[in-house]
Amino acid sequence: MHSGGEMEQETRWGRFRRSEAAQGYLMVGTPALYAILLLGAPLATIILYSFLTDGYLEIIRDFTFANYREAWTNELYRSVMLRSLWVAAAVTAVTVLLAFPVAYFVSFHVAPDRKSLWLFLITIPFWTSYLIRVFLWKVILGFNGVVNSGLMGLGIIDEPLTFILYNVNAVVITLAHAYAPFAILPIFVALEKIDRSLLEAGQDLGESKVMTFWRVTLPLAMPGVIASVLIVFIPTIGDYVTPALVGGPEGRMVANLIQLQYLKLDNYPLGSAIAVSAMSIVTVVSLIFLFLNRRFLRGPK
Amino acid sequence: MTVAAKPTMIEFRDVHKYYGDYHALRGITATIRAGEFFSLLGPSGCGKTTLLRTIAGFEEISSGAVMIDGRNMEGVPANKRPTNMVFQSYAIFPHLTVAENVGFGLRRARLPKEELTRRVGEALEMVGLRGLGARAAHALSGGQRQRVALARALILKPKVLLLDEPLSALDKKMREQMQVELIKLQRQVGITFILVTHDQEEALVMSDRIAVMFEGEIAQLADPETLYRRPTSRKVADFIGTMNFLSARILREDAQGIEVEAQGLGRMLLDASQAPGAASGTGTTAGFRPETATILFEGQKAEREAMGTIDEVVYFGDMTYYDVRLDGTEAPIRISMRNVFGRPVLDIGARARIAWSPGAVVLFR
Amino acid sequence: MKGGGFRIYVLAYLVFLYAPILLLPLFAFNDGTVIAFPLSGFTTKWFAAAAEQPSLWLAVKNSLIIAAASAAISTALGIFAARASTRYEFPLKGGVMGLIMLPLVLPEIIVAVSLLVVLLGLGVNLSILTVILGHVLICTPFAIAILTSAFQSLDRSLEEAAYDLGETGLSTFRLIILPLVMPGIISSLLISFTISLDEFIIAFFLAGTQTTLPIYIFSQFRFPQSVPIIMALGTVLVACSIVLLTIAEYLRRRGLARSGAKDTGGFL
Repeated sequence: MHSGGEMEQETRWGRFRRSEAAQGYLMVGTPALYAILLLGAPLATIILYSFLTDGYLEIIRDFTFANYREAWTNELYRSVMLRSLWVAAAVTAVTVLLAFPVAYFVSFHVAPDRKSLWLFLITIPFWTSYLIRVFLWKVILGFNGVVNSGLMGLGIIDEPLTFILYNVNAVVITLAHAYAPFAILPIFVALEKIDRSLLEAGQDLGESKVMTFWRVTLPLAMPGVIASVLIVFIPTIGDYVTPALVGGPEGRMVANLIQLQYLKLDNYPLGSAIAVSAMSIVTVVSLIFLFLNRRFLRGPK
Repeated sequence: MTVAAKPTMIEFRDVHKYYGDYHALRGITATIRAGEFFSLLGPSGCGKTTLLRTIAGFEEISSGAVMIDGRNMEGVPANKRPTNMVFQSYAIFPHLTVAENVGFGLRRARLPKEELTRRVGEALEMVGLRGLGARAAHALSGGQRQRVALARALILKPKVLLLDEPLSALDKKMREQMQVELIKLQRQVGITFILVTHDQEEALVMSDRIAVMFEGEIAQLADPETLYRRPTSRKVADFIGTMNFLSARILREDAQGIEVEAQGLGRMLLDASQAPGAASGTGTTAGFRPETATILFEGQKAEREAMGTIDEVVYFGDMTYYDVRLDGTEAPIRISMRNVFGRPVLDIGARARIAWSPGAVVLFR
Repeated sequence: MKGGGFRIYVLAYLVFLYAPILLLPLFAFNDGTVIAFPLSGFTTKWFAAAAEQPSLWLAVKNSLIIAAASAAISTALGIFAARASTRYEFPLKGGVMGLIMLPLVLPEIIVAVSLLVVLLGLGVNLSILTVILGHVLICTPFAIAILTSAFQSLDRSLEEAAYDLGETGLSTFRLIILPLVMPGIISSLLISFTISLDEFIIAFFLAGTQTTLPIYIFSQFRFPQSVPIIMALGTVLVACSIVLLTIAEYLRRRGLARSGAKDTGGFL
């Protein structure tokens, strides 16, 4: 009798569990199905394509590594990919370094009831049209643009500066401006989480303000810094609009290359191989930073 | 009417509950009577909240049966049970006013507006919140939130009110005040209250009967006095108040009683009711409460005396706790003494004569 | 307030953030075809010129349809996913949620090309419908992020209390859960709408012959004579986003005040 009861408990428990899981699946089912069909399957398709051969107007089902060999050895493609990496790294470094003091200021020097107002002010430019902002930089940096006309009007230069538009510099400036608010938020959140008594403890133990910052605040803010590095790096390396509009021929980045292969040259396998390569670069860089983050959380020596 | 004469309101019949491999309730069998203030007492993780939630219908049981007022509750969802609950967090709906919170359960009854207003007013009056109906729920203090939760649960006139650690979020003063108010409220409405708590003092103060739970089982179910004076196991004795334990040996057991020899105290004859617990197989122990023994001063005499050395003295203002190592024992026992004016506080290391009474001894086997 | 040096730096930073945007109205009302100093006089003719472009109106109409549909669908999907992830445990939860959130860490160009390849492979005609499909994909993770925090701050015992007081699962959702997560739903709608309205690359790949507002703006880069018109258009867009954001922020604060929670920062 008793053991029979036990058996029944197990199956009933099983039923209950199934029903909880079932409710969960019922809820998550639609969004999950959407993501599988419109994201999972397409990603799998381009990974598959990247190993196939391009024929004229059709894709030949021959398995090959040739696309990757081409993407990684052809001087043109390789230089574009390296440039993307370099530009994204430069934008990330500039953005995060400039953003840190702002996040620090809002977290430590602004009255608590004013903080959300400051964050609001900082985020507004981010929500204004990205294309319009890129457009503005083109106008500002252009041959007849605001900078040149202003500087010439003031008599500082005699003829327009040409090194500020249609090159990598213009891409870096524009992207750094576009992603500035994005970099501030994660750092701010990390700083907000720091228990203020830790800082007092640091100073109480005889550290100067600077050393307290260096030994207590900065390590504790590191997860936020790393989050903001990723949040800036990932979209910038794949950005299409900025290099296309203000980069000129020598400012092209990997997204432009992918677009070229797909829409202009119709070479899906090679385009896919470049896209998969770009994805891999993003993944590797992200993993490196996540690993660094884990090291930081465990505490520096 | 005494509690014992009242009919059964809730009955647990061999209730088991599993969470995967974890056996949360292990064969609970008990009855709770109508109109009783009943407490489920135990340390965290003992299953007391789970048991309460099986009554409310928030936890499905794995086997056995939960009966409310003679009806098996299997398959009856929480919204169809004649019980209402006061949650630990109070669960006051933050977007509604006090009156809307209190009247929430009456929505389905579709009462006329005046009737609704009147009943909400009555409920608020009952918990001492008259005139606060229009207040926004999030602008209330902890004590007020609790009163709103009570009024909201009682307005539906449930057969059973379930209270899940309702006082744990309040500070000490407020808690003591609410204990008294809850007792009065229960007498006033006369329905069954079931309280979950980990605070033994709270349970002793408020309850008609208490079920002490450990690891998914009821260790003892009794009224507060029995629980305190005649605990059936060392575990219960230790959880409710403090008890001194001395290892003991049974010399003889017959119709006259049990003759026991306890370390440090010597031989004594105990009544059978002084060994209320079943044999646990962990050895025999004699126990007594710190306040049932006293230190004797110059010139005082007692029927039963034992000798010891004072190990530690802790002064509490009205009380002093002495840790005394009885001759022939290893671990000190504790004796609590009321600080009567003019009586000296003894020093550590002093020799002391202890008066004790066999009637206060409980035997665990 | 402390931190004098900091203050100067932060103000300079805000100037850097806002300067380009402040140029917008300056040149939108400037009576000159070249965007350069000095300014040459006040005019509203660029706004009138913008309003006279039929292709612009078509792009605006398309963009509004796409943004409204994307916001509605991704918020609906977000409600389900956020509710599932905060309330239920089920096998493979991490993997499923990871896939749904993936677009957050995927360059948009990858989403665009992979969808394009599959849609063309299936013989689907490109239209604003296909753009909506793509935008829902990238808006949903944002919706989930916002809604998850809304659902998470919901005390589970509130649901149980409503249920205990006689409500059904459905009426509990309507009477308790929905009102309490409503500020989150509105933020999610507004943010998804804004993201979709501003999205270029997916629309560029998936719109076929249709245009959207970003595609229109992108196409105007080639024509120097349309620069002042774009300035006027930009002014209108920025004004709209500021109004929308202010509403969103207002609603967020009111939601906080209503639930008595502490203000912990902006809506991202």
